[in-house]
Amino acid sequence: MSRLAGTFRRVKSEGRPGLVTYTTAGDPDLPRSGAILEALDRAGADVLEVGVPFSDPLADGPVIQRATERALAAGSSLRATLTLIGQVRPRIAAPIVVFSYANPLLRMGLDAFADEAARAGVDGVLALDLPIEEAGGFRDTLAARGVDTIFLLSPTTTDARIQKAAELGSGFLYGISRLGVTGARDRVASGAEALVRRIRAHTALPIALGFGISRPEHVAEVGAYADAAVVGSALVSVIADAGSSPDLIERVEQYVRWLRGAAEGRTQHAHA
Amino acid sequence: MRRDPDVRGYFGEFGGRYVPETLVEPVEELERAYFDVRDDPAFAAELNRLLKHYVGRPTPVYEATRLAAEAGGARIFLKREDLTHTGAHKINNALGQALLAARMGKRRIVAETGAGQHGVASATACALLGLECHVYMGAEDMDRQALNVFRMRLLGADVHRVDAGSRTLKDAINEAMRDWVTNVVDTYYLLGSVLGPHPYPLMVREFQSVIGREARAQFRELTGGLPTAIVACVGGGSNAMGIFDAFIEDRDVRLIGVEAGGEQIIRGRHAARFAGGSAGVLQGTRTFILQDDDGNIELTHSISAGLDYAAVGPEHAWLRALGRAEYAHVSDAEALDAFQRLARLEGILPALESAHAIAYASRLARELGPSAALLVNLSGRGDKDVQSVEKALAQKDRS
Ligand SMILES: Cc1ncc(COP(=O)(O)O)c(C=O)c1O
Repeated sequence: MSRLAGTFRRVKSEGRPGLVTYTTAGDPDLPRSGAILEALDRAGADVLEVGVPFSDPLADGPVIQRATERALAAGSSLRATLTLIGQVRPRIAAPIVVFSYANPLLRMGLDAFADEAARAGVDGVLALDLPIEEAGGFRDTLAARGVDTIFLLSPTTTDARIQKAAELGSGFLYGISRLGVTGARDRVASGAEALVRRIRAHTALPIALGFGISRPEHVAEVGAYADAAVVGSALVSVIADAGSSPDLIERVEQYVRWLRGAAEGRTQHAHA
Repeated sequence: MRRDPDVRGYFGEFGGRYVPETLVEPVEELERAYFDVRDDPAFAAELNRLLKHYVGRPTPVYEATRLAAEAGGARIFLKREDLTHTGAHKINNALGQALLAARMGKRRIVAETGAGQHGVASATACALLGLECHVYMGAEDMDRQALNVFRMRLLGADVHRVDAGSRTLKDAINEAMRDWVTNVVDTYYLLGSVLGPHPYPLMVREFQSVIGREARAQFRELTGGLPTAIVACVGGGSNAMGIFDAFIEDRDVRLIGVEAGGEQIIRGRHAARFAGGSAGVLQGTRTFILQDDDGNIELTHSISAGLDYAAVGPEHAWLRALGRAEYAHVSDAEALDAFQRLARLEGILPALESAHAIAYASRLARELGPSAALLVNLSGRGDKDVQSVEKALAQKDRS
């Protein structure tokens, strides 16, 4: 069983929603980014998504765009991301998913990338602008090294394509709760539950729901129908706000514990 | 050689559809809608009516004898897209797509613009058809094409300033795509060149191919034959594909695309994708792009906002791989010089983009000698560039 599959099985058996976190590799710089990943793991994040900074993040809102700029300015890249993951992997229990735009992966070469990712201990890869139709070879290359390919599904995704993603994907499926770019919102999108139910009809794979989630109540709400909630921009904002302050790591840890606090209390909500 | 991409939108190994998941279905919906209207005589009739009575087509082919005499060699003919309503070829595509958007029931249009000509064309088409228009434009381009910003606003469009990245065309496209992905239900993305995910490269080429169809017949009528070579500037590559298209099967006619050589072919100082680039994926398509070893997109530079972009249309990458088209580049200084020469010798102010084609054609005319005849796509007029040119000339005088 892959580390991702094992994690989602355990989360389910604990009767709580999983928490998936997103941070950009190299934000605010590479050493502190590594320390942040360890802190996330300590604070109880179940899956760590690690974003590869790319010069043209067209699916991201302003918060992650700025994180990307900070990371690039600090010398981060796909190679640096994989090196970083390799360094922290032995100290982290949670599965690690690389989140990237297609071009850095293609530039490195899919075989070389898959080799290096497997060597670094990467558990899954999600390529934002590599939809199912373009991802066939990519998925096979990763699968041959035991690395999961994670597909995004959106409210605009047809049932036929959900079916295809369910066949090709592994580890988990990532539901996008709303149309648009990444960014924290005040409430969970109204169509999110319908999307998760539509995906559920096609697959037994775990489903994580993201885009716009920022508070423990959101995690609990999403946990009532999905297997996990993804928190990205809101966490990246905590990192941005802390800036170079010495309590950066502490603030990150506190934020995730706060999110997890509600996660622990899921049962009430789930049966409400 | 049939000229449609394959079902996945590939021209050989270039093209495809590299978009975020939310856009996959909207892009497929667009493809279905486009293929519907492509063979619909009523759609063609409506578009042709507008092209004739509103845009002023056909545009003439004019022999530039004084320019040619000074170059000293081949005859030079200009396809006068600068004489279209709004002053550039961009209107051919903007009207076609705006009609399509209206048919699809999408009343909100987003567009990107570099030189501002596509933005003006989109704003114009939207005014004509009663559609809401939002144009994204890089901050640097808003400064150097200020006249076009004002024109767009007069035409009722909202112009949104983009401060990210290089603050030019690439960043405007990122922002337009972010708007589209957010408002996809009622919004149509009116892309201005042969770029982006399938079906845009095909669709934009088809809407621009009227240029080559007219020019081929006009050139034959004027000379009784075909040109030795076609010369067109290449930003994304829409005016070039538009004029190349009718000549693809004429194997003896050389097809030459001219990229922006900027200051020099060194990293960050030019936009000649075929001189300094390699295959990669940017903004929905696999093509030649300017990138570093990590796969990040490099900054670009050109005196001309419309050519200042890190990727080239995928069909150009394919035509080059096949050996059917050739690509050259022209520096800022050469383009500036061609701008002035065409003004003084022919009484025509070309767009700085088009001035790149004029510069290369003059060079080629000398090389090929009097037995040759060149057909140059004069893609747009230069009113928008007068201030930039004034500034560049003042700088040149000082140095
Ligand atoms: C007059 C003119 N020519 C050429 C271009 C470059 O675009 P393309 O290569 O798509 O023709 C532009 C773009 O703004 C333009 O305004």
